[in-house]
Amino acid sequence: MSNGNSAKFALRERPAAERFVDEGFRNVAVAMASIVAVVLLGIFLVILSGSLESMGRYGLNFLFISEWNPVTDKYGAFTAIYGTLVSSLAAIIIAIPLGVGTAIFITEDIFPSTARYILGMTVELLAAIPSVVLGLWAIFVMEPFLRPILNELHTKFGWIPFFSTAPIGPGMAPAILILVIMILPIITSISRDSLIQVPQRLREAAYGIGATRWTAILKIILPAAISGIAGGVLLALGRALGETMAVTMIIGNSLNFSWSILAPGNTISAMLANQFGEADGSQVSSLMYAAFVLMIITLGVNIIAQWIVKKLSLKY
Amino acid sequence: MIQNSQSTSNMQNNTSICLDNVTISYGSFPAIKNVFCSIPKGYITAFIGPSGCGKSTILRAINRMNDLIDACTLTGRVLFEGVDLYNKRIDPVEVRRKIGMVFQQPNPFPKSIYENIAFGARINGYQGNMDELVENSLKRAAVWDECKDKLNESGCSLSGGQQQRLCIARTIAIEPDVILMDEPCSALDPISTLKIEETMHELKSNYTVIIVTHNMQQALRVSDFTAFFNAEVQPNSTGGKVGYLVEFNNTEKIFNSPKQKATQDYVSGKFG
Repeated sequence: MSNGNSAKFALRERPAAERFVDEGFRNVAVAMASIVAVVLLGIFLVILSGSLESMGRYGLNFLFISEWNPVTDKYGAFTAIYGTLVSSLAAIIIAIPLGVGTAIFITEDIFPSTARYILGMTVELLAAIPSVVLGLWAIFVMEPFLRPILNELHTKFGWIPFFSTAPIGPGMAPAILILVIMILPIITSISRDSLIQVPQRLREAAYGIGATRWTAILKIILPAAISGIAGGVLLALGRALGETMAVTMIIGNSLNFSWSILAPGNTISAMLANQFGEADGSQVSSLMYAAFVLMIITLGVNIIAQWIVKKLSLKY
Repeated sequence: MIQNSQSTSNMQNNTSICLDNVTISYGSFPAIKNVFCSIPKGYITAFIGPSGCGKSTILRAINRMNDLIDACTLTGRVLFEGVDLYNKRIDPVEVRRKIGMVFQQPNPFPKSIYENIAFGARINGYQGNMDELVENSLKRAAVWDECKDKLNESGCSLSGGQQQRLCIARTIAIEPDVILMDEPCSALDPISTLKIEETMHELKSNYTVIIVTHNMQQALRVSDFTAFFNAEVQPNSTGGKVGYLVEFNNTEKIFNSPKQKATQDYVSGKFG
């Protein structure tokens, strides 16, 4: 205390070393956090500046033209954008019931806890498989196995544009399923964590007024955990949008547009991975533009995610 | 509800719940042992006793809330109007609809006040006028005046005492025969406590109420009958204390002329 003479007690001076460590810790933390921000900004600026030429040439039409032709030097990313959005959305729609269902199974005492533990571990282990391995598995095991089923889908529902072509091997449908496998662990583990955090007293309240297990889960426990689950789902969507390796291996990398998910398709990330190696000039700029679009889409998903989580969080 | 004529000789017409040699264990350790007790219909019965004597455990056994705890097992019989609640053919969900429960911590659903009441009634197949039911339930739980203007606000926006009365209203709305209260006032201030006690007096005419309380004055104020539980370390056992029922009688008798010395010591504040 500066005017400590009149005070009845004296405060101990902190040693210089302790203050230095204190201060130092703060600065290190600030530096760490800034590095992340600087790197992100740097990436954003590089991609933006790289894509300026293409942006100037095509403007927003780039998003709606499906022709991508390095020979005539004309570029439009609609095929890849369509592929990215459709594969991710379809994957998320399939993965939500699977993932949330698994999470409910793990957190509720329907089965003995060993069975639930083993299942939980299995799902977590899915996340440990490298995506290139999943891609190989998709090419050699899953796709041949799926083809008769997809064929059936085509014969029965061929009048729907999404199933209008015969499956010929690699294509969007197997890519969707491989995405489901890749995002399942995210949805499951985040949903499980949010379900576990629902207070026990809420469950008791539900059971105490004669709710059955399913009423309690659907009407009380899931709504109480919904913000966490929604957050997990959107995180998974972000992952699906950007997933490259396995998708590139199985999607077929076709530059010809087709509505059908049974036909070979393309995603932005798969296209980038395939073409950057031998691209030059205007093609590089167009690829940068496509990368920029992907970044904006992912950013948008994240913003919506935050908003939904905030909107849905319940106070209990 | 299944009618199986398991009525025992000591069952009288005015008995609501009959505990017949009930022992409840967590894993292999008994928490409370050999309880025999007939709880009369249409009165308030208080369970008192020191911490860890198993009074909450036995209360939660009455509407099969303990089923939610993995390792919890019960031997003996719990009869409700002569029906064994632990019979294999009895559905615990139906039991809880007949025997409602108010918990120690107020636990309204994170929904609107209206929905807090309507939810239970709806899942129990209530067909009548929901607005009326909500109003009546809230009135009988003595919380209507405080929340009639904000029925659409979250139940969690109320104060602790109001939340607890909301929870009582929610229990009343499913029209049970018995209401169990597990230390309903332990998290509340004296004024809220008083209001809840008034509520209990109102409820007595229509329901059988069983209340677990730590507060002997509360037992004396609200209850007609009192069961005193105690816990003792068992001879030749390594583990903790095991609870047992010491004495069950009119509240007035328990507090003024108890038969057991332990009861006398407890109600006069010598331990506990």
